[in-house]
This record gives sequence, C-alpha cells and structure tokens, in this order.
Amino acid sequence: MYKIVQKRPLNSSVTLMEVQAPHIARKAKAGQFIIFRVDEEGERVPLTIADYDREKGTVTIIFQIVGESTMLLNQLEVGDSILDFVGPLGLPTHVEPGAKRVCVIGGGVGNAIAYPQAKSLHQAGLQVDMIAGFRSKEIVILEEEMRAVTDNLYIMTDDGTYGEHGLVTDKLNALLQAGNHYDEVIAIGPVIMMKFVCAATKPYGIKTLVSLNPIMVDGTGMCGCCRVTVGGQTKFACVDGPDFDGHQVDFDELMKRNSFYRDAEAYAKEHVCHLTGGKRHA
Amino acid sequence: MPNMSMQKNPMPEQAPEVRNKNFDEVALGYTLEMAMDEAKRCLHCKNQPCVSGCPVNVHIPQFIAKVAEGDFAGAYQEIALTNALPAICGRVCPQENQCEGKCVRGIKGEPVGIGRLERFVADWWMEHGTQQVQRPAPNGHRVAVVGAGPAGLTCAGDLAKLGYQVTVFEALQTAGGVLVYGIPQFRLPKEIVAKEVDALKQLGVEIQTNMVIGKVDSVDELFQQGYEAVFIGSGAGLPRFMNIPGESLLGVYSANEYLTRINLMKAYRKGYDTPIARARRVAVVGGGNVAMDAARCAKRMGAEEVYIVYRRSEVELPARAEEVHHAKEEGIVFKLLSNPVQILGDEKGLVKGIECVQMELGEPDASGRRRPIPKEGSNFVLDVDAVIMAIGTSPNPLIRSTTTGLEANRHGCLVADEKGATTKPGVFAGGDTVTGAATVILAMGAGKTAAQSIDAYIRSKQ
Repeated sequence: MYKIVQKRPLNSSVTLMEVQAPHIARKAKAGQFIIFRVDEEGERVPLTIADYDREKGTVTIIFQIVGESTMLLNQLEVGDSILDFVGPLGLPTHVEPGAKRVCVIGGGVGNAIAYPQAKSLHQAGLQVDMIAGFRSKEIVILEEEMRAVTDNLYIMTDDGTYGEHGLVTDKLNALLQAGNHYDEVIAIGPVIMMKFVCAATKPYGIKTLVSLNPIMVDGTGMCGCCRVTVGGQTKFACVDGPDFDGHQVDFDELMKRNSFYRDAEAYAKEHVCHLTGGKRHA
Repeated sequence: MPNMSMQKNPMPEQAPEVRNKNFDEVALGYTLEMAMDEAKRCLHCKNQPCVSGCPVNVHIPQFIAKVAEGDFAGAYQEIALTNALPAICGRVCPQENQCEGKCVRGIKGEPVGIGRLERFVADWWMEHGTQQVQRPAPNGHRVAVVGAGPAGLTCAGDLAKLGYQVTVFEALQTAGGVLVYGIPQFRLPKEIVAKEVDALKQLGVEIQTNMVIGKVDSVDELFQQGYEAVFIGSGAGLPRFMNIPGESLLGVYSANEYLTRINLMKAYRKGYDTPIARARRVAVVGGGNVAMDAARCAKRMGAEEVYIVYRRSEVELPARAEEVHHAKEEGIVFKLLSNPVQILGDEKGLVKGIECVQMELGEPDASGRRRPIPKEGSNFVLDVDAVIMAIGTSPNPLIRSTTTGLEANRHGCLVADEKGATTKPGVFAGGDTVTGAATVILAMGAGKTAAQSIDAYIRSKQ
C-alpha cells in the first residue's frame, strides 16, 4: 500500500498527488513512469513520474481525470493508499550530449511531464525554451513552475483566452522561421500534437524526442501491448521507451492502437461517473 | 490386496459443452473413495522408478501407501518433505513424461494416477489440514529471490525450511508468476496458488510485490543490502512475434498479453476494470500448452470459432496430449501444417483475417523434428477478428543487463551449471531464465537444486 501524502487540484480535471514510495523515489529519473492499480478490481495504468523527493521518499504524479481509473484515483484523499504502485519503469530521457539549447513542448496535461523535463535540462545548464499549449485559460497548469525553469516560456491557448492564440506548432514554426536554433526538441502531449511537432522540425533536421503513451498492461516488457513501430522496427514502449526519435515513429498506427478499447472505456467511465457517483463500492 | 485394474480411476470433469462457457476448474478431483481405490493400484516396487521420474523426487510409494490407508494427513506430510507446491504440481505437471511415465503399471495398462493422488492429498489438506506449519529456527542468514514463479517459490520454501530469512521480490502485484498470469483458472484455480503462497509465508518467507529488480534495486545492490546469496528465477516472459505484416493491427495479441488480461487482471469477471475485446473468430498461432490455454480462454470469452494454427502436424504438437484432447473436446479447430504469412486488416486497422500457407514436412532439423516447408501457391485465408501469437518467449533482458559479471547465452538465457550456480559468485539461477520456456515442475526442480547449492555456498563461507 502506498500512502498519499499530498493532493492538489491543478485545474478542474488535473490533479497532483504525492505518494509515499521510497524505493521508487530513490531510483527515479526524468522520463520514467510508474504503473498504479487503485484497488483489487482495478486495472494497471501507467503515469509518468512528474517529480520525486529522494529524502522524503515520495513520488509525484499528475493525472488528468479521463476515465474510470483516474476518476477512482481522484476519489482518494491524503492519508488514503493506492494498492499497487510500481516503478520506476522505462528508460530515463536521454538528451544528446553537447546540446546547448532545447525547446520543450507540452500539450495539455502533457505539460505536467514536460515541466520536469524542462527543469532537469535547466538544472543541467542548458538554455530551455518552452511552449506550453492548452485548450483555454481555465486549464493552464504549472505556469509559475515552468517560468522558473525556462529562458523563454510561451503559453498558447487554442481559443486565445490566455497567452498567445494558436497551437504549439504555430509558435514552434514562428520561432524556427525567426531563426531560433535548437539542438533538440522534446514534445510531450497528445499523439496528434507530437506528430505535428515532428512534421515541423523535420525540414530543419532538428532531433525531436517524443514521449509515447500507448496502452500498457504490465509495463515490464512481458506482453507487448505497448508495441510501437519506430524506424520500421517493433519496439516495446515500456522497456525501449517511452521516449523515441519522433521522426522515426509511426504516429498513425499509435493513434489507431490507442483507440482500441474506446467503447469499453466510455462504458466504464459512464458507469463509474453516473451510476455509482464515482465510487466503486457505492 | 492391490487393485489390479488396468485403467486409472477416471477423474470426474465438467462436460465439454458446459465448461467451454465458464472459467471453473475442468477437472473436479477424486473423491475419497476414488483416491483410496486408485492408491491400491500401486505395487510398491522396490526400485521406485516413479520417484526418479519426479524432478523433485516426491516419496511417491510412501505417500500413496498412506492414501490407501486413509491417512491423508500423513500422506500430505510425506509429500511436503520434498514438494512445497503439491496442489499445483498435481494439476499442471506433465506426469506422462515424468513420474507416471516411469510407473511399472504403465507397461501393461495405465500407470497409477500419481498426479491425481497428489492433487487429492493437497486439496484434502487445504480443506482439513490442522497442523500449523512449524516455523524453523532462524540461522541468521539472508537470501534474496528474484521472481515469485514456481522456481523462486520452491527455492524460497526450501531455504526457509533450513532457517534462512528469505525475501522474494516480484514485479507484478501478485506472487505466482506463470501460475497466476499464464495458466488459466479452469486448469489451476488462483485461490489454490494463493493458499500455497500463504503456506510459504507461514514458513517465514517474505514476499515483496511491485518490485522490479533491475529498476528499483539491482542484483549488486541486493548484496550491498546484506543478502548473502541471490537466486534468479525471473522466467522467460518476453514474447516473440513472427515479424510478418499486420502484427500491429488491432486484435493481435501476444499470448502473454491475452492471458495476463484474463488471468491476472480477471478481464473475464464482471466488476474488474481491465478490458478485453470480445472476438468472434480467433486464430491462435502455435502448438504448445500456452497456445492451448489461449485458445480455450478465447472460447470461454465467447468466440464462436477458435483455430489453432500450427506449422507442423499433430504428432509434433508440443502441448501435453491431455491439453490437446481437452481443447478438441471444447470445440477448438486445429489447422495443422499451416503457417501464417500475414495478418489482414480493414480500414480502421482492425484484424479481419489471417493469411496462411500450407506446409509439408521435410527432413528432420537440428531439433530432431521434421522441418516444415511451405507449399507454393497453397495460401488460404481464415476469417478472424483476433490473432493470438503463442510462438514462444525468451528471458527478459532486464536482470542480465543490470548485473555485472552475469553471463547469458546467445538466446538470452542465463548461464548456470547443473547446481544452479551462475558465472557470478553468490548468484544462482534456475527455471525458464536458464532453460528458456519449459515446464512448471522443471522450474521447481531447479529451484530445489539451487536451494541446496545456496545452503552449501553460505555454509562454505563460514
């Protein structure tokens, strides 16, 4: 059992939780993830490690409430425990040695994962620009935190209610056209956004790292549910990733695979949301 | 007077057309009378060939004698001397190649139903056993076991009996390895695995789940934490795919994924969150026990038509004869001498068929089995909406890639001698991680041998 020591809503659908898991906190590195199972009937769900505190022995996760499992997780409060919490899984983010200036791009809740990346790059002495995209003003998260670890922070909203009006790729294209040079771009967010970021950087030949989010079961390489095609080869995102060279990734295939259980997910969400008011054993 | 019947007492089982719609255990087990009657078929030979056929050398004639007398508690104690997991072995061992394969009664007629009797005794004990397991006096030494599958659990149990303080590290949320994620409920009820694991805990074995060794701590770090020896029983859990077109289509699973969703995550039960797509027609590629398990699960998940697609002929099927027999009874269709060449999908990326080529058998290959050769122009398509790849697994590279001085062979299997010693001092290994995918009982045998080696190793250092 893994005790929740802090819980804080970042916006109406995104929650931050700090969880007691000393053995994971001791080893975690930026880019790795955990798998949680909320209770005995729960499914195993992967979440990127947003932060860790080796001394306190805690791991921070930030999740969007999108379906049954994240709804059930969000029912838990400080002092409650998560049944299973496994990690750190996957490979840490590997930034090109010698890189001096990078652009980190986050989309929606992906910013929760892009932020610790920006932070670790900033701490490593790199110049970090960040483009953080959100649908609209109400869901902007971690702005102060991101500002503290970046040289330039560009907040974009789809509807123009905050920051600049437009998509992250609009800003990226503008920056590149204006002659900004980046040794590497790191994009984390919805698959479609990562796909278009890669399309934007390709003509400039900028190495682009993406953090993939396929469906996972065990997260340790024993099932291949999370397989993705990278450079024509089958890779297991849970052990070979989750970070990959975005110019090699078959994004269309990933989008199709991620939609496989959409009906079952919608049904489960409906059930937990409306019939039981968010509780499993009502 | 021995019972001279040529046939084993048959085991009552659920009727095929009933059981292929539920996940309850197929074989129902002997009644008291059946067990005592079967036990009387044992001739108590002097040289006891059955015992030599058992990888953990259960005292077979001795425990059977006690069953014949109706002393079931005594029979259990006799088995427990060498076997920590009898309720499991009695169910999943391929006895025809082991104890029963050597039984003298098998020369004329059927061998004694040793597996069925072992199962009976273990089940009886779970229901009626009263004696508390005696926790041995601690000897002050600590051993770490990586992996809570059959090899690791056996090794841990044997070491605990010798007084070692044993910690088992398991990556998944439940101990049991393939016993919980692979072998389905209808062959091995998970409640039984849980009870066997509880018995080990009573012996003093500590089990830490959710611990991925190589990620949380490495084997080298386990030594730094004061463990004096490490046993690696991490299995062969890395699935193989065929590398044919269409393997990333929606509805293509590794058998590990399909079985894990069903068995470990209980996707077959109402109220559990893990989803699984309901397929109408399913092709399972492969001919081993895992393929049979996947096919029989698919049927129970409601598929109308389930095919086994296997590139050799029936005699080469690696699955146990009993599993093949059960699968056929349940309506699984065998497409033998057939090899997939591609998986076909629709515009949404969903599986809609599997294209296969017919094979013929040529000369024997290095493995001694006749090599299948494709027949030109014999391609055909099976109309299916799910494909399950059950063509084998290899060891996960996580342990070997994070441990200094641990050698593996070109198949990724850890190199270990017949006593279970690896190339790194103090590190022992056994089961599928050394042999590649094999059987539960061989893994248990390896765990047992390694426990003896670890004991000798730690004593030699004093």
